Amino acid sequence: MAAIMAGCRKYFAYPITPQNEIPEYMAAHMPEVGGVFLQAESELAAINMVYGAAAAGERAMTSTSGPGYSLMLEGISGIARAELPVVLVLVMRGGPGIGSLENAQLDYFSATKGGGHGGYRNIVLAASSVQELFDLTQLAFELADYYRVLVMLLVDGILGQIMEPIEIMPFSNGKTRSLPAKTWALTGTGRQRPQNIISTMLMREDETYQWHQRMAVKYQKIQAEEVRYDSYCLEDARIAVVAYGMTSRVAETAIDECREQGLPVGLIRPISLFPFPYQFISQYTHRIEGFLVTEVSMGQMVEDVRLAVNGRSEVSFVGRGGGLLSHQEITRGIRELWLKLATK
Amino acid sequence: MQREVIIAGFGGQGVLLIGQLIAYSGMLEGKAVTWLPSYGPEIRGGTCHVIVIVSDRRIGSPYVTQPAAIIVMNRPSLDKFEDRLNSGGILLINSSLTDRLPERKDIRVIAIPATDLAHKLGNSRVANLVMLGGYLGATEVVGLPTMLQALQEVFPEDKHHLLPLNKKALEVGMSYLTEP
Amino acid sequence: MVEVSNKMTVMPGLRKIYGRPQSLKDVRTHYCPGCGHGIIHRLLCEVIDELDIQGRTIGVSPVGCSVFAFDYINIDFADSLHGRAPAVATGIKRSQPDKIVFTYQGDGDLAAIGLAEIVHAAVRSEKITTIFVNNANYGMTGGQMAPTTLIGQKTTTTPFGRDHRECGYPLRIAELLATVEGVVYLCREAVDTSARVIQAKKSIKTAFERQMAGDGFSLVEILSPCPSGWGMPPIKAREWLRENMMPQYKLGKFKDTREG
Ligand SMILES: Cc1ncc(C[n+]2csc(CCOP(=O)(O)OP(=O)(O)O)c2C)c(N)n1
Ligand code: SF4
Ligand SMILES: [Mg+2]
Repeated sequence: MAAIMAGCRKYFAYPITPQNEIPEYMAAHMPEVGGVFLQAESELAAINMVYGAAAAGERAMTSTSGPGYSLMLEGISGIARAELPVVLVLVMRGGPGIGSLENAQLDYFSATKGGGHGGYRNIVLAASSVQELFDLTQLAFELADYYRVLVMLLVDGILGQIMEPIEIMPFSNGKTRSLPAKTWALTGTGRQRPQNIISTMLMREDETYQWHQRMAVKYQKIQAEEVRYDSYCLEDARIAVVAYGMTSRVAETAIDECREQGLPVGLIRPISLFPFPYQFISQYTHRIEGFLVTEVSMGQMVEDVRLAVNGRSEVSFVGRGGGLLSHQEITRGIRELWLKLATK
Repeated sequence: MQREVIIAGFGGQGVLLIGQLIAYSGMLEGKAVTWLPSYGPEIRGGTCHVIVIVSDRRIGSPYVTQPAAIIVMNRPSLDKFEDRLNSGGILLINSSLTDRLPERKDIRVIAIPATDLAHKLGNSRVANLVMLGGYLGATEVVGLPTMLQALQEVFPEDKHHLLPLNKKALEVGMSYLTEP
Repeated sequence: MVEVSNKMTVMPGLRKIYGRPQSLKDVRTHYCPGCGHGIIHRLLCEVIDELDIQGRTIGVSPVGCSVFAFDYINIDFADSLHGRAPAVATGIKRSQPDKIVFTYQGDGDLAAIGLAEIVHAAVRSEKITTIFVNNANYGMTGGQMAPTTLIGQKTTTTPFGRDHRECGYPLRIAELLATVEGVVYLCREAVDTSARVIQAKKSIKTAFERQMAGDGFSLVEILSPCPSGWGMPPIKAREWLRENMMPQYKLGKFKDTREG
C-alpha cells in the first residue's frame, strides 16, 4: 500500500511464503490505480521484469524471501551495474536452502555485503514496526530515484506477519529533495535525442575501472548522507544493546526490565544497515563500556559493530539461528555483560 | 498497563479472528496493540495460536513467553500452553473440547463449555465468540460497546447477517461467568 | 485420506485383498482431505512394489505440497530447490545409471519456475520418469495462479479470475512435451474416479518400465484435485476437475515411441 502511495505502478513477483500478502494485495489493488501486477514464472523472471520496467523509467518493485532472493541475485547484480532505481522487499526466513518459514535475520551479510557478484552496494533499510515499514517503503522509492540504486527493505519474518495499527500518511522526511529527471530512461528517442542505452556490461577499455571509481563516489555520498538510526534510553547508558528490526523491540522490553533493576542500559538501533552507523556507535565508546549485539542469527551484524567499536569497548552477542528471541534471553545477556564489566 | 493474551486452538476455530477483534477494539479505544500469529509448518491441521497485546504505552516485544491470560479452544492447546501462563494469570478453557482441567494451582481457571453453548445458539462455529465473551467478562480489557463496534467493522459486508448471532455468542460467554 | 493400517490382522477364512503397499509408510498424512497427492503416492508405491524395485528406486521431490513425499514413500529420496528436480534427477541417474530415478512435481514447480529444466531433461531424453501433478494452482503457498490455472479461475493472485489479456493462457504440458523428440512415453491421466485411478496406475507402471528398458524420458501428467486451493469440499472438487479441467486438458496418450 505504501508502495502504491509512493507512486509505484509496476510490481512483479513470484509467490513465496512468508510474503504472499504483498502480491495478493497488489493483485487486488494495482488495477485500481491503473498499475501493473504481474505474477512472473519465477524470481529469475520477476527481477528481470523489474529491470525492464525500471529501465523504462517506472517506479518498479518486487518482493521475495530466501530461495527467491538467491535466484534474484543475478538480476540484482545487473541492476546495480546498470544503476537502476529499484525497490526490493526481502522477508527473511530460516536457514539456507529451502530452509524453513521461521522468523530469522539470516540475510544480513548477503543483503549488506553484496550477495551477488561484482562488488556493488545496495541501500538496505530495516524497520521495526509496521508503521516504520510503511514510511521506509516510501522513502525507499525516493532514495532509489535520487541515487539510482537498488534499495532493499530487509524485513524480519514476524514483521511480515504482525498486525499493528498505523497512520496512513504520505511520507515526509523533512527534506524535499528534487529528484533528477530520468533522462536516461528507455522511452524511445522520438528522433529528438540520441539513443539511451541501459547496459550491464563493462566491456570497453577501462570501463570496469571507471565504473568502480564512479560508484565509490556515489557510495561514499550515501554513507555520508543516508545513515539512519534510532536510540532508546541512551543518555546515561553504560551498556548499549545493538539490534535492528523486530529484535530491537524485544530488546526494548529487556531494557525496561533491566532499568527497573537499576542497570544503566540503552539501545542503538541501526535503521540503515548499509550505510551502517559506524560513526554513531564509535562516538559512544568512551562512555559505553559494553555493547551487546542481538540478532536472530548466529552473529552477522555483530561484525560491523566490532568494526565500529574497534576494540575500545567490550562486544558480546546473544542470538539464535531462527525462531523468536525472547526478552528474557536478552536480559540474561545484559546481566552477564554487566557482571563481566564489573569484574574487569 | 499492558495486557497480553495467547489464544490457541485448531486452525478453523476462529482463533485468529477473536485475536483480531481484541486488537481492533484496543485500537478503537486509542491503545497500542499488536497481533502476532503463529505461522510456519503448522499451517495444515495442528494447532495455531496468536499473541495479542493491548497497552497504554508503546509496545516493545510483541512476543511474550509468559502472558497474563491464555484462551485455549481445545485439548492440544491446553497441553501446549498451560505451563506458559504467568503465575496468577487467567486460563480460559473451552471445556467442551478438553477432557481435563489444568493441574496448576497458582492460576485462575475459567472453564466454559463454549462449543456446547454455541451449539445451543444454533451454530457451533461461534464457540470462539463465546470464549471471547468470557475473556471480556473476566478481564474487562476493552468495553463491550467497543467490541460490538469492532465486530461491525472487522466483519466484511457480506457477513453482516451473522452479526446478531455473534453478538449473542459474546453475551452468552460474558454472562456465563456470573450465572453459569 | 483414511488411515489404512497393515497391522490389521486378517481373520481366519477371510482373504486379504486390499492393503497398504509395502513401500508406503504407515503414517498419518499431512495432505488436506480430498487431496490427490495421497492417491498418487499410493499408486506410485503399488507400482514400485509390483515391479519389485523398492530397493533400487530413487525419488526426487519438489517444492510444493509434496515436498515431504519421502515421509510416505519408503525409498531413497532427495528434495530439490524449486523447479530443479529434473536437473537433480539427471545428476543422480548419470551417477547411478542402474537405478530407477523419478521426479515428482507440481504444476508451479514444473510448468513455471522449472520449465527449462523439464524441457531440457526431455530434450536430452534422460532416462528418468516424471510424475507431474497438475492441480491448476499453487497449493502450498496458499492457492495462487499457476501456469495451468484455467481462464476465469479465481485464485489468490487472480482475485477477479484469470484474464488471458493479463496472465496469458493455460499451459498444456503434455501437448508441449509431445513435440520433443527425446520423449519416449507421455500421457495425461486423472484421479477423480476409481476407473481413472486404475488407468493412472497403469500409465505410471508403463512409464517406469520404459525407463527400466533404457528407452529414455517418460512423463505422466495427472489431473489432481486441490480442495483447499480451489476453496471447495472434496466431492465438489472432483466434479469441478471433470467439468472444468478435463475439457482443457484432454486425457490420453500423447506419445509412445514403441507404438511408432
Ligand atoms: C525459489 C522459490 N520460489 C518460491 C518458493 C515458494 N513456493 C513453495 S511451493 C510453491 C508452489 C508450489 O506449487 P505446485 O508446484 O503447483 O505444487 P502444489 O503445492 O500445488 O502441489 C512456491 C512458489 C520457493 N520455495 N522457492
Ligand atoms: S493445498 Fe491442495 S495440493 Fe496441497 S495438500 Fe491441500 S489439497 Fe493437496
Ligand atoms: Mg499445483
